[in-house]
Amino acid sequence: MSALGLYNYWIVIFLMMTGFYVVISSGNLVKKIIGLSLFQASVFILYISLGKISNGGPPILREGVELYSNPLPHVLILTAIVVGVSTTALGLSLVVRIKESYGAVEEEEIHRQDESL
Amino acid sequence: MIDSQLLLLQVTLPLIAAPICLLIKSGRACWAIAFIVTISSFSLAAIVFSYVLTYGVLEYNFGGWVAPWGISYRVDIVNGLIALLVSAITTIVLVFARTSVSNEIKNKNQSIFYTAWLLCLAGLLGITVTGDAFNLFVFLEISSLASYVLIAFGQDRRALTASYQYLVMGTIGATFILIGVGLLYAMTGTLNMVDIAARLPQGVTNRTAQTALAFLVVGVGLKLALFPLHLWLPNAYTFAPSAVGAFLAATATKVAIYVLLRFLFTVFGFNFSFEEMPLDLIFVTLGIVAVISASAVAIFQDNVKRMFAYSSVAQIGYMIIGLGLSSKAGLTASILHLFNHAWIKGGIFLALGCVAYKLGSVRLGALAGAGYRMPWTMAAFLLAGLSLIGVPLTAGFISKWYLFEAAIEKDWWLMLIVIVMGSLLSLIYVWRVIEMAYLRRPDHEEEKSEAPLSLLLPTWVLVFASFYFGLDTRLSVGVAHKAAETLIGYSP
Amino acid sequence: MISLLFILLVPLATALAVSRLTAWPNVREAISLLSGGFLFALVLSLIPSVLDGSQPSYTIAEPIAGLPIQLRAEPLGVIFSATASFLWLVTTLYSIGYMRSHGASNQSRFYAFFAVAITSTMGVAFSANLFTLFLFYELLTFSTYPLVTHTGTVAARKAGRTYLSILLTTSMAFFLVAIVWTWNLSGTGDFKIGGILEDNATPFTIGLLYALFVFGIGKAALMPFHRWLPAAMVAPTPVSALLHAVAVVKAGVFAILKITIYIFGLDLIGETGMSTWLLWVASATIVIASLIALQQDNLKRRLAYSTVSQLSYIVMGAILANSNAILGATMHITMHAVGKITLFFCAGAILVASHKTRVSEMDGLGRRMPFTMAAFFVGAISVAGLPPLGGFWGKWHLALGSLDAGYSILVAVLMVSTLLNIAYLIPIPLRAFFFKGPSQEYCGIKEAPVACLLAMGITAFCSLVLFFYPEPLYQLVIEIVN
Repeated sequence: MSALGLYNYWIVIFLMMTGFYVVISSGNLVKKIIGLSLFQASVFILYISLGKISNGGPPILREGVELYSNPLPHVLILTAIVVGVSTTALGLSLVVRIKESYGAVEEEEIHRQDESL
Repeated sequence: MIDSQLLLLQVTLPLIAAPICLLIKSGRACWAIAFIVTISSFSLAAIVFSYVLTYGVLEYNFGGWVAPWGISYRVDIVNGLIALLVSAITTIVLVFARTSVSNEIKNKNQSIFYTAWLLCLAGLLGITVTGDAFNLFVFLEISSLASYVLIAFGQDRRALTASYQYLVMGTIGATFILIGVGLLYAMTGTLNMVDIAARLPQGVTNRTAQTALAFLVVGVGLKLALFPLHLWLPNAYTFAPSAVGAFLAATATKVAIYVLLRFLFTVFGFNFSFEEMPLDLIFVTLGIVAVISASAVAIFQDNVKRMFAYSSVAQIGYMIIGLGLSSKAGLTASILHLFNHAWIKGGIFLALGCVAYKLGSVRLGALAGAGYRMPWTMAAFLLAGLSLIGVPLTAGFISKWYLFEAAIEKDWWLMLIVIVMGSLLSLIYVWRVIEMAYLRRPDHEEEKSEAPLSLLLPTWVLVFASFYFGLDTRLSVGVAHKAAETLIGYSP
Repeated sequence: MISLLFILLVPLATALAVSRLTAWPNVREAISLLSGGFLFALVLSLIPSVLDGSQPSYTIAEPIAGLPIQLRAEPLGVIFSATASFLWLVTTLYSIGYMRSHGASNQSRFYAFFAVAITSTMGVAFSANLFTLFLFYELLTFSTYPLVTHTGTVAARKAGRTYLSILLTTSMAFFLVAIVWTWNLSGTGDFKIGGILEDNATPFTIGLLYALFVFGIGKAALMPFHRWLPAAMVAPTPVSALLHAVAVVKAGVFAILKITIYIFGLDLIGETGMSTWLLWVASATIVIASLIALQQDNLKRRLAYSTVSQLSYIVMGAILANSNAILGATMHITMHAVGKITLFFCAGAILVASHKTRVSEMDGLGRRMPFTMAAFFVGAISVAGLPPLGGFWGKWHLALGSLDAGYSILVAVLMVSTLLNIAYLIPIPLRAFFFKGPSQEYCGIKEAPVACLLAMGITAFCSLVLFFYPEPLYQLVIEIVN
């Protein structure tokens, strides 16, 4: 299989790096959370695509289907998505609280206020 | 023979009690529930521990599904010890929390606080008892999410940014762990850790396994504040409520180290981790840098909580050095220090909590004359500080002694210099506080104002423990030794 | 044997009792005196069983397998502990007079930590292995720190830092490393006649290890790790007298002696010859410290440098490692202790009575304080090592030991040092008696409090007695060197 044949990995890597870059480079706390979600989502896709078996059908008992894809990664990722959603929710609510007490969601502005204390 | 369902109960008790707390609005009632649950978890952990001490392993399979199919809980002496440690310290810190939390947190928010506390405990205990790699990830996230909430309860608004920073770094770490677990699953088709170990191809260079190990080590490294991934820790411990700082310092990082041990030894095996991969060198280097640089940074801190947060990073360095020695003696020293340091650092943070409760600040300048105003609190701090430095008679000395021995066994004399330097640096920062508390008089004479007994008692219990384990080491050294043997024994 | 445990518990209980009795100074000091006497009696009661060769021991706990916290009575320890406990008794007497007339603050804390320091000293004296020795050695450092910084002034804080940092750095960086190394080589840390290292190490290792021990025991004040001792002189005089002329510093040299005899064994040190260079370090310390002492105007600092120099006599005796040298070194522990404490008592008495600390201000003081200055004279002769005072015996045997080992140059070092001792000590009483001071300034200066005079009288008398009757010391030391 050529390198391009494993295109799912390329997608995962692209998404992951995009998310990671946003987390690191953006000074906006909301955008950081978006980046973080993207980062997590890339791993979800990694798991889901791992479960796919070439020429395998969906794992439901049916006439004429001999080969099934592996359902377990899907189930696992359902849990991971729940974790991801809670993380995003918690992160965003922290941002709301930060906005309330600092009046800003930009990292630089927050640092400036802390240092002037 | 005891019922293996006890393992399940240990985790589900706090998990069920958490939402109940949310429904009850009274802070006092929530504390009572949390206390009953914690102390039951502790008793269960003690029963389980005494069982594994004699019989070796205790297993519980969910729904009767045997290992590779179902999730199984599996406790051997290593995680038995950690579960016991975590639940014991949580119980003691919770006693402290009652007074301290009602001082720092509004009454209407207290039920949420105890909910998060119980969730965090459930997560930490879950990590220690589970034998399933994915389950471990889920519990890790339960405890982490709860600890972000706990930290955000701090009075200072910087607690919010500290919590946010921790959330971002912690989530990246957790995602790395998820990737690592995914790769392991892709290779072996199982999530049970013992099973993965059995199915990992041995003796051939396996790039997927190497990648998985790398992701796991970095991910767990973020959670345990392994230098240079420790940036979230100082702020989190500094601005969190006093009880939370002590709780996390004594338990969360310790559990993360347990996860590291479990993956390195049980899943990948000693040979793969340390001979095929150069982890020994990486760990020793990072450990040395952590000990020296974090201790040096701690000296220049003006906020005493922050000072000891950096000291935690340094102490984690010792544990990582022990691992990096990649020998049975080194591993023993690591586990021993993990155990001893939990009591010591817990004691220090509780003493600082007493200071914060009475003096309202933990800045160094505010402590002038504290030795006369709060004699019992500062005496506890002094004793725990001596233990941290590693003065003989204390638990800290015992762990350093074993680390010394392990380093000499390998003929790594340089390591001795590092350990000694670390001790001397810790002497300097502990002494900055001692000098301030005992040898300076405050600007204007103030009344004696000792912390209440409800705060002093748990503090002194931890301080007493950090001396007890310096004298009677049958439990700590004996178990650390057995645990190291067990861990190394997993390797084929 | 349980009385060994009591030797630790008596001063410890005293510390507790004393710290609770702030309101009743008389009861407090009566208790201190009583327990001092009791402790001395306890130590003396051990002598018969030590002389008949049975060495009673007592294990307190065993934190590290094979390295228990254990006490054992052996001749060297008995000599040291008898000296220290006797002088504790005398010093308590002295401090009653000193602290009261000096109007010092926090006296309860002072007496309490004093007693803890004595506990640690007893622990060092009776330690049965390296680990126990190290434990009490460190405890001694920490328990004397509050005494050094007692006044809480900026100068005291600074001195406290020097004190703690030098003592702890050397002990952790060298002493502890040496202990772990020894443990690793021989599998034990027990003190045993003839040593435990004989078949386990190369001569080079032995030399290195010995150097680690000698420098690691910073309390022995071997140059360049001597600076803590002059710094510690900011402490109240009774502390300088008992702790920094007797307990702490002698604990250091005692530890070196004990390690030389029981860890290395005399033969091993002599045979390998890797430690010769340390002899020159000790000799240099003897001469240089004496020269520095000569230039000090502050009386306590002068005495402190004199102590640095005298301690190296004992270190030298240990390194020479033959029976005469060990005999001399051990005797010097007691003799110098008794002599030097007299000098410190006098320095404190002068401070209390006349508020003078400088040697240059003491001209003519002898007429006002004849008894104090007479005692100083006796102490000075003894420290210089001239007959008819006890200090003579220590030097005499050290000189014999140097000749036995073939180092006649060391005899010259001893001679030069004696001359220097005379030069920096004897002029003080002479000037006090025969020079005339500014008379108007001296109005109202009286002799020191009776308790102080009594204390220095006792120690001065002891120096004299020890010259004519050093027999018990001989008997005890013979047990070791044969």
